[in-house]
Amino acid sequence: MRGGTTREGKSAETEPARTWSRPPSIQGGLTAPATTIPATTNPARREWILFLRRLARRRTALFGLIVVMLVVVAALGAPLIAAYDPTEQNITDRLKPPGSLDTAGRAHVLGTDHLGRDIMARVLYGARPALMVGFAAVAISGVLGMMVGLFSGYFGGRIDDVFMRLADIQLAFPFILLAIAVIGVLGPSLPVIIVVIGVSSWVVYARVVRGAVLSLREREFVQAAHALGSRDGRILLRHILPNAFTPWLVVATLDMARVIVIESALSFLGLGVQPPTPTWGGMLADGRVYISTAWWLATFPGLAILVTVLGINLFGDGLRDTLDPRLKL
Amino acid sequence: MRIYLARRLAQALLVLLGVSFIVFFILYLTGDPALILLPPDASAEDVQKFRETMGFNDPFVVQYGRFLAGALRGDFGQSVRHGEPAFNLVVERMPATFELAGAALLVALGLAIPAGIVSAVRRNTLVDYVSTVVALLGQSMPTFWLGIMLILVFSVQFNLLPSSGRGSLEHLVLPAITLGLFTTARITRLTRSGMLEVLSQDYIRTARAKGVSDPPVVWKHALKNAAIPIVTIVGIELGTLLGGSVITETIFAWPGVGRLSVQAIYNRDYPVVQAAVFLLSSTFVLVNLVVDVVYTYLDPRIRLR
Repeated sequence: MRGGTTREGKSAETEPARTWSRPPSIQGGLTAPATTIPATTNPARREWILFLRRLARRRTALFGLIVVMLVVVAALGAPLIAAYDPTEQNITDRLKPPGSLDTAGRAHVLGTDHLGRDIMARVLYGARPALMVGFAAVAISGVLGMMVGLFSGYFGGRIDDVFMRLADIQLAFPFILLAIAVIGVLGPSLPVIIVVIGVSSWVVYARVVRGAVLSLREREFVQAAHALGSRDGRILLRHILPNAFTPWLVVATLDMARVIVIESALSFLGLGVQPPTPTWGGMLADGRVYISTAWWLATFPGLAILVTVLGINLFGDGLRDTLDPRLKL
Repeated sequence: MRIYLARRLAQALLVLLGVSFIVFFILYLTGDPALILLPPDASAEDVQKFRETMGFNDPFVVQYGRFLAGALRGDFGQSVRHGEPAFNLVVERMPATFELAGAALLVALGLAIPAGIVSAVRRNTLVDYVSTVVALLGQSMPTFWLGIMLILVFSVQFNLLPSSGRGSLEHLVLPAITLGLFTTARITRLTRSGMLEVLSQDYIRTARAKGVSDPPVVWKHALKNAAIPIVTIVGIELGTLLGGSVITETIFAWPGVGRLSVQAIYNRDYPVVQAAVFLLSSTFVLVNLVVDVVYTYLDPRIRLR
């Protein structure tokens, strides 16, 4: 590092110096001091351990990961954690404030809604559609974008032109409007929502992967593979894809946060997963009507979205800073 | 320069063509538009006649061509619900949406740029931490929840600001903050990281070394260079704002295109949906074209690409 005695702001890195990190360990196991690792571990595993250690040193990223895990546990374990059935109505216990007890002495920790349903249970179960849409849509757009990026970057030429113009068209749409229009026409259901979000979100992945492939294509190990007579398919799968995976993963993580917000926005508008399945957005839409008399209806599902999305964003930011600090997202 | 402009214009036209195709396809997806446009008690004979006169029996390409020709003339058909031309309905509500999006953008730029600069200059101080955390929260908060919470606090609890409708400046405050929040958060983070990068450059050190005091270094030397990515993102964020208006307008009963299109979807009023999506997308394409042209003046390197 040059000019060690300059005043504040000498480093452009966005993180304080104590969270020291270097770009991905994937770029070569050479960075690892061999002495710190048991000799028995294979190189790939060693890199993973190093990467995890580095990630764990970023406290905010670790915090984000823990939050996300808790949400996943809440979604999977909802039947065990919740004291009530999320769709069980109880007209005598309508709009009870948080902490009220029902006749059986059980507590409505977060209160009840306008139909006397337990909000705690609904918030827990509401994590399910959110995560399901999040994972599935990201899987679709991620795979699509990865393929487009690989082909576009590797083969270039006409294929590249066509895909990148398509990407421009896609980006010219105010996305949520398009999603609303298509879902409104096709009718809201889980598969439709997943496919619409998934198919329309490939652009960022494609651009990032394409960028990575463009530079990888010229690297020695790819040229060597060419010289050895490897076919294009093998080079793409074996040599390029693993190295383009890092930026892809960062995009996928941060995109998941965006998809969850979109899912809840759609259910808020009544175009998401339909009742009686509890959704955070749907609960917010219900709660909005009672905003002047029962604040807890709209507050808790919103907090659930906020916490989940914040957790994913923190983790994604940490992932980016650990793996690829130059990635601008 | 001229070549660049021509290429950029051709690209915008191509994008608009793509937009028109998708908008047309929306109606095509519904299956049989005759069943939607006609009252449910229409006889099979009437349906057949209607299909013939409306040209729904023609090949796909012919139908698309007709739609495109109509769209270019501003003819998207009659609104099923209101009995008026869909185009007029949408255009009437455009000023409200632009007003809201413009106000949100002002809020965002007015808050984000100073916050980002202070954050970068006073890096790792309390101010920086607070602004970073607020930006992170802002980026993670669903707009519709923020809107409801703002209504809860400012309209229900303290009765300070109106919660719905359009008219006075007071009506604009809550919707503009709600819509602008996400953009504010994004631009804050972008300004901070951009400024940090620029502040570590050699020419900044040179300026300081030759004795230029702090404020001019930050405002003149650094900000100008950090502004370039901010200008780009303003164009992209406008798409977020136009799209986000759908939800913000619904919450605050703001009489704009977003609310109109949500209602049109509920009413299955597809000509209005098509006109709204097409016109909002076109606005977005146009704004981005302008941003790109402005951009080439700011950063001459772009022209050489």
